[in-house]
Amino acid sequence: MSSERPSQLFRNKSAKIAAIPMIVTALFVFVGGTAWTIVYSFTKSGLLPRLRWVGLDQYERLWSTNRWLVSIENLIIYGLCMLVLVFVIGFILAALIDQKIRFENTIRTVILYPYALSFVVTGLVWQWILNPEFGIESIIQAWGWDSFAFDPLYNADIAIFGVLIAGLWQGSGLVMVLMLAGLRGIDQEVWKAARVDGIPAWKTYIFIVIPMMRPVFITTLVLVVTGIVKIYDLIVAQTGGGPGISTEVPAKYVYDMMFQANNLGQGFAASTMMLLTVALVVIPWAILEFGGSKNRG
Amino acid sequence: MNNSVEIKNLDLEFGAVKVLQNLNLEIGKGEFLVLLGSSGCGKSTLLNCIAGLLDVTAGQIHIKGNNVTWAEPSERGIGMVFQSYALYPQMTVEGNLSFGLKNAKLPKDEIAARIKRAAEILQIEPLLKRKPAALSGGQRQRVAIGRALVRDVDVFLFDEPLSNLDAKLRADLRVEIKRLHQNLQNTMIYVTHDQIEAMTLADRIAIMRGGKIMQLGSPDEIYGRPINKYVAGFIGSPSMNFLEGHLTGDTFEVGDVSIPMAGYDFANGGAANGAATLGIRPEHVVTGELVGNAPFQADVTVDLIEPMGSDTVVDCQFAGARFRLRMDGQARVTVGDTIRLGLDPSRASLFDKDTELRL
Ligand SMILES: Nc1ncnc2c1ncn2[C@@H]1O[C@H](COP(=O)(O)OP(=O)(O)O)[C@@H](O)[C@H]1O
Ligand SMILES: [Mg+2]
Repeated sequence: MSSERPSQLFRNKSAKIAAIPMIVTALFVFVGGTAWTIVYSFTKSGLLPRLRWVGLDQYERLWSTNRWLVSIENLIIYGLCMLVLVFVIGFILAALIDQKIRFENTIRTVILYPYALSFVVTGLVWQWILNPEFGIESIIQAWGWDSFAFDPLYNADIAIFGVLIAGLWQGSGLVMVLMLAGLRGIDQEVWKAARVDGIPAWKTYIFIVIPMMRPVFITTLVLVVTGIVKIYDLIVAQTGGGPGISTEVPAKYVYDMMFQANNLGQGFAASTMMLLTVALVVIPWAILEFGGSKNRG
Repeated sequence: MNNSVEIKNLDLEFGAVKVLQNLNLEIGKGEFLVLLGSSGCGKSTLLNCIAGLLDVTAGQIHIKGNNVTWAEPSERGIGMVFQSYALYPQMTVEGNLSFGLKNAKLPKDEIAARIKRAAEILQIEPLLKRKPAALSGGQRQRVAIGRALVRDVDVFLFDEPLSNLDAKLRADLRVEIKRLHQNLQNTMIYVTHDQIEAMTLADRIAIMRGGKIMQLGSPDEIYGRPINKYVAGFIGSPSMNFLEGHLTGDTFEVGDVSIPMAGYDFANGGAANGAATLGIRPEHVVTGELVGNAPFQADVTVDLIEPMGSDTVVDCQFAGARFRLRMDGQARVTVGDTIRLGLDPSRASLFDKDTELRL
């Protein structure tokens, strides 16, 4: 045995070697790819990337394109509604299942099942369900309520809410399962103490249990938000962005620019804007969450 | 009506599992009752029934003369302290103490006065603005006791409140709970599996096993006159020595040893005959000069020594069985020594071999 303290660098050698491929991938693909995209967003790349600088032209064009503005607006509407509703629905489902009901496993599987489907399937399923000639509208009209109308996907003003329904149907199960795991982690004695204190169940949830579930909420939030920002396939399968451009979203704009309009520079500019938005949300949160940890506890 | 809590013919089942069966218990006003038993015997279940946290299957619970069998926990006039403290982690100590009172819409100055009093009694005034995460285990449990205290109730329920603490803190807080009881004179029902806690705190101990109360009595009674072999073995550390033998009139015979039982206080008045078990506590075996006064004496060889400072536990073979005795810590013994021991039948216990009940 050497009496010297072994170098920090060589401790856990095998673990570090095993992590190298992942680190390399992360550096080259994520960081490298991101940097490359940002650089080329300042060029006039068309079908192929080319380093012909045009300054901020691509961004100016982006922010004066109606379709991009509609995409952003849709993302905000969809995102806010999705965020609020998926948490409310997921949590309420989890709280109901947590009452030690029978057939818990069956119900949990049924509700989680949509999450196992790809967005393409979900999109198609809900396209049919919301179709006036085959779906809900026709069924209810067949029951005798002739004036019943429910065709969100055919009304440009509310089409994005038709997409929202499908998104909720798919996403609520995951939130529910995560919330249920969080609820199960709460010490039963806390519940008992609250009952002895005479706190009603809803107050116990809001003031005691939910604050205790903060880590689960953060994890879920990250999953849900990333899911919202990158929404693409659901739109393609369910509405194709229509009617008109009423359900366009940023990710679809990027894809269409890059691979259909042969305008790589414009696609890069749009994706850089998406990255910037995410960074604006994530970085302050990360600083709050991890930066301050030295001063706490 | 002098009883604070009365439990009448209580049954509790979880599905097909009968946890409590036809349980009756009366707890006097201001009494400190300890429910003692090994893990899984139904102590917490009984306490949760009293608290109203479990719905009973049959029977009634009365607190202060009111039938509260179907009342909400908060309406029963009880406060409860849990093993895991069960504090609300996102609230300060003050928030923990006041949350229930605020919810009950008590006036602000009343809440402040109650918190002040509880904090003084438990010496947690400097901690009021802290969150539970910034407290030690002992401090947390004090806050939990405070939360029961501010409810201003007559009955306190404790479910193994000291089991999560280390030995030193446990001993300190035990004394404080006892002092709290002396000052407040509330009724306290205290669940534990620790016999030291039970012996030191209780006015009366209820020994539970398999959902039934085996024996209910003062610590002295439980220790001195255990009602059956289970209780005898459960209470006392090191535990009681048992010798399997035969009782004929006044003589207990085990192997080739005959022990005269004259002076033993038979439960049913007279002596009995038949197969029996003689129980002798290690601390009731005398050695040294005192042996001369003992009605029965024998020589044994020391097999093993466990010095504990204040006293020493000695293992030996006696009448064909392992036998332990407790000697003074100053006594000089080594393995292989032959020592003379003396037994006093009046301090021993005799149990029927089949029913295991006290004779
Ligand atoms: N919710 C429950 N469902 C089914 N059985 C339970 C439940 N809670 C406790 N039990 C059973 O009841 C018995 C008594 O439990 P408990 O009162 O917690 O014991 P302890 O004396 O250790 O506090 C145990 O055998 C336990 O397995
Ligand atoms: Mg228990």
